[in-house]
Amino acid sequence: MSSGAPPIVVIKDLNKSYRRGTQIIPVLNSITFSIDEGEFLALMGPSGSGKSTLLNLIAGIDKPDSGLVSVGGVDITSLNEAELARWRAANVGFIFQFYNLLPVLTAYENVELPLLLTPLSRRERREHVETALQVVNLTDRMDHYPGQLSGGQQQRVAIARAIVPDPEILVADEPTGDLDKTSAKEILELMERLVHELGKTIIMVTHDPRAAEKAHIVRNLEKGVLNNVHS
Amino acid sequence: MFILKLLIRNAFRHKLRTALTVVGVAIAIIAFGLLRTLVGVWYMGAERSSATRLVARNAISLIFPLPISYKERISQVQGVKEVSYGNWFGGIYIDEKHFFANYAVEPKTYLDLYPEIVLPPAEKTAFIRDRKGCIVGQKLADRYGWKIGDIITLRGTIFPGQWEFVLRGIYRGAEKSTEERALLFHWDYLNETLRKTAPQRADQVGFYMIGVANPDLAAQVAVEVDAMFKNSLAETMTETERAFHMGFIAMTSAIVVAIQIVSYVVIAIIMIVAANTMAMTARERIAEYATLKTLGFGAFHIAAIVFGESLFIAMTGGLLGVLLTFPGADWIETELSQYFPSFSVSPSTVYLDLLASLMIGAVAGVFPTWRGATIRIAEGLRRIG
Ligand SMILES: Nc1ncnc2c1ncn2[C@@H]1O[C@H](COP(=O)(O)OP(=O)(O)OP(=O)(O)O)[C@@H](O)[C@H]1O
Ligand SMILES: [Mg+2]
Repeated sequence: MSSGAPPIVVIKDLNKSYRRGTQIIPVLNSITFSIDEGEFLALMGPSGSGKSTLLNLIAGIDKPDSGLVSVGGVDITSLNEAELARWRAANVGFIFQFYNLLPVLTAYENVELPLLLTPLSRRERREHVETALQVVNLTDRMDHYPGQLSGGQQQRVAIARAIVPDPEILVADEPTGDLDKTSAKEILELMERLVHELGKTIIMVTHDPRAAEKAHIVRNLEKGVLNNVHS
Repeated sequence: MFILKLLIRNAFRHKLRTALTVVGVAIAIIAFGLLRTLVGVWYMGAERSSATRLVARNAISLIFPLPISYKERISQVQGVKEVSYGNWFGGIYIDEKHFFANYAVEPKTYLDLYPEIVLPPAEKTAFIRDRKGCIVGQKLADRYGWKIGDIITLRGTIFPGQWEFVLRGIYRGAEKSTEERALLFHWDYLNETLRKTAPQRADQVGFYMIGVANPDLAAQVAVEVDAMFKNSLAETMTETERAFHMGFIAMTSAIVVAIQIVSYVVIAIIMIVAANTMAMTARERIAEYATLKTLGFGAFHIAAIVFGESLFIAMTGGLLGVLLTFPGADWIETELSQYFPSFSVSPSTVYLDLLASLMIGAVAGVFPTWRGATIRIAEGLRRIG
């Protein structure tokens, strides 16, 4: 499994709990693990076990109580809000269960969103957006609004949006959770291609055993503790 | 650019909701603008009134008369150029619904003192010559289709009887604010009739109009006139026409204050309604704002999108309201012409309208903006499932 290169994600002694009133709910207990570059990791576990929480910590949209999260050599727990935002925009692509496209923007405009924060010119942005839409095979639908697309197509647009700034890692929280079997299969094959052809690292939370099959490694989170299932 | 595009598209997302909010703001702004105009019109008579004209009336109250014999004595006060006099007649044409102002005045001096009443010279001469003659304003003549030579009959209330007048002239106002809906006739005609029917009421006037040579003399003349009749049977109260009007307005000031309060209440209500709508809208879009933040957009971007949408909707309603206020005011001017000599929207009302719309947008937007800008991503994303 290890090729000698340092892992892209390193997590050490990670703790996270939520406060609900006076009650403290521990979610993650001293999690330690790492992910190699180019890995396709599936995170499984019962509902409420903290999968989304862990994913959010790795992606830099939530802060741990203690512990280290290092991504691509950067200790993201030490970044402030604005630094994190900039870091996310450049380094992480997000794929959500419900696609999270802006309904008032066309497929093209949705994919263009992350590039609006870069110094790229309009023409350069157009090239990037078209390339990303080619990867997900949706160039013919770029002027459609999300409401005019099927679930699978919307998720492909979301994937195009995730890869358009060329991030190293992609995080996906139940990307097939809202899709029928055929569309789910399509999305999983697309994600496999992103790993194999573009060398992306993917961390995917899923309940779907078929989705987990596509992954190289499956890890199981239960009661805040991580177990290796197979690799 | 992108923010503008997004906020405008967001605004048109719930077409019905946005349309209702826009219409609501527009109606509130129309109401606000018309009420402000009403208050302005109320004061306009006083503001435009002459500073070189004084009004003398009975010190006890407007409804008590003064003897006609005061005229000569007032004329002799230093600085007085001309004296006219008259009575509020209070006659009714057909029935109470057809209200318009009518006065008995001494025609020659009255027209001298009121250059804003513009009559063709021939009509003016005809009016002054005919003791039973009267003149009416253009708008009043238009309303009843009166022509020169028509007989106009008023039923007296203060002075009972049927009173017939021959229309000798139709005047125009020199300014927009000049009342063009009044009827003026000869005080002599009134007085001679009273001599026969109610001699104890004859030779008395309701008010003296005193023209002074220049405005600086007005205060001094007023003091001297009042001093002259001190301790007489009918003491006078002399003040500038403006003060006279203000005194009249003071009697109605409670109404004016109420109207002003209502105009602000209208704005406050629409603010609350719009704030509720914007909060509802923002709540529905929390996951979208969280998504934008996930992609690296900052609190400032979100704030601009939410606040901008609120301002955009409120200003659209506000502009629509301002545009519709003008036909609304025109409508009032024609339909309620007997109450308002003119009903025109002033530039300051338009500015106030726009300011009010801006405030509506800002107040409605501030809470959702704060919510959107400060939402924590992980929480915002959880709202979706
Ligand atoms: N903001 C929060 N405040 C309080 N408790 C929270 C918050 N976010 C998550 N939790 C709790 O933390 C636990 C883990 O939540 P998380 O969403 O990570 O679970 P999950 O494994 O992704 O579940 P699912 O498979 O249902 O998505 C749950 O008990 C949840 O109720
Ligand atoms: Mg989850």
